[in-house]
Amino acid sequence: MSPELLTGGEAVAHAMRQVDPDVVPVYPITPQTPIIQGFAKFVAEGRAQAELVNVESEHSAMSAAIGSALAGARTMTATSSQGLALMAEVVYIAASMRAPVVMALGNRALSGPINIHCDHSDSMLIRDSGVVQLFAENAQEAYDFTVMAPRIAEHPDVLLPVLVGQDGFTITHSAEPVALLPDTEVQSFVGEYAIPFPLLDLGTVTSQGPFAMPDSYFELRHDLVRAQEAALSVIEQIADEYMEVSGRRYGIVEPYQLEDARRAIVVMGSTAGTTKDVVDELRADGRYVGLLQVRSFRPFPDVAVRAALRNVTEIAVLDRADSPGGRPPLFAEVVGLASNVRSHVYGLGGRDLHPEDLRAVFAGTAPKYVGLREEG
Amino acid sequence: MARLSTWQELPAGGAVVAAEAEQPHTGGWRTGLRPDVDLSKCINCLLCWLYCPDSAVELDGTAFAGFDYDFCKGCEICAEACPTGAIEMVAE
Repeated sequence: MSPELLTGGEAVAHAMRQVDPDVVPVYPITPQTPIIQGFAKFVAEGRAQAELVNVESEHSAMSAAIGSALAGARTMTATSSQGLALMAEVVYIAASMRAPVVMALGNRALSGPINIHCDHSDSMLIRDSGVVQLFAENAQEAYDFTVMAPRIAEHPDVLLPVLVGQDGFTITHSAEPVALLPDTEVQSFVGEYAIPFPLLDLGTVTSQGPFAMPDSYFELRHDLVRAQEAALSVIEQIADEYMEVSGRRYGIVEPYQLEDARRAIVVMGSTAGTTKDVVDELRADGRYVGLLQVRSFRPFPDVAVRAALRNVTEIAVLDRADSPGGRPPLFAEVVGLASNVRSHVYGLGGRDLHPEDLRAVFAGTAPKYVGLREEG
Repeated sequence: MARLSTWQELPAGGAVVAAEAEQPHTGGWRTGLRPDVDLSKCINCLLCWLYCPDSAVELDGTAFAGFDYDFCKGCEICAEACPTGAIEMVAE
């Protein structure tokens, strides 16, 4: 199909129409609004069959999304900034209940001062929630990721919410040529929705969202670590399959002119596109510069980032979010890769730490997750 | 106490399959009062069974057969629901 001139918001609305989820609980907020406005129009015109739920807030949107995703219905939503902040409490629960909700995010600064324009602070607010976070460079990537996202979210080794971020206004409101797949192609790519324990399956009755005391909280949280680790290879596998149908491939990172680069920029989102132009310009002047675009921030692709940067002598990390009093999030990830400081996690949910655990840490014999019950 | 699960053994999201829900004996949280029955007053209306939020009223077919103290939390709802005063809360 020949490309159409679409904004990122419109392109994602088309992706949602083509995926045609069962349920979309959503609340409007700038700059996400064009996504859901476009999708609501498709529903009104009968071009999408989803149950569109006009909830009273983003907190309710994610609450409804968890219910419907776990009941057994493919579920999508969308938000930005303050909406994600209001939703945040429930986003953590969506991840821990392993509800494979797909969320479109128009990345926008957090208040205050109030501001409707782009940065990545909203995504970073839920950095540690357990959701998969992908950052698109342009409208085409935002569209393609939204088609890929249900496959990633619903993969039996992952079962996590997947958030597809696109820079507010820069992508959400800017028109560019976007190649859409045929509707039938998208439908067959995403396939049927399936999860291990749908609540409406009366053959296997389950109670979900359990209370977990110190004797099991750590283990249940740790399953998110495993799911995030699994998502790294699942994203690459889905990217390969998507390449087959679209001719476009999006890996967890994209190295650009890095083979012989001495200086490199690491960045996420639309700035990767601008950086590619600057790299080309500097390369034309004989400068050995390159770019590492990080597409998957959660899971963070440790091995791929380390490999891509191994020959670079000067690395600059560009964060579109700050951490007052600390280090910006993407920088902290990249620096962590170069660190020889050992990392241990302990005591989650009230799990006790004993003096012998500390002696094992001193001796270098403690596992990374101290006090976690695991096999092998 | 049963051996606790490793993280690998737990189902995704901690979903509790119905058959497993009987395992934690939540009667251990009981308030300090437990229901006692005077069977001479019981008319087998089964309102206690219907109202019990913890399924702790046992039946023999369709007849009242006592309380399951492994799950009774001492909430007193059965005693309130009983129309003949056959159920009385007694100190543990």
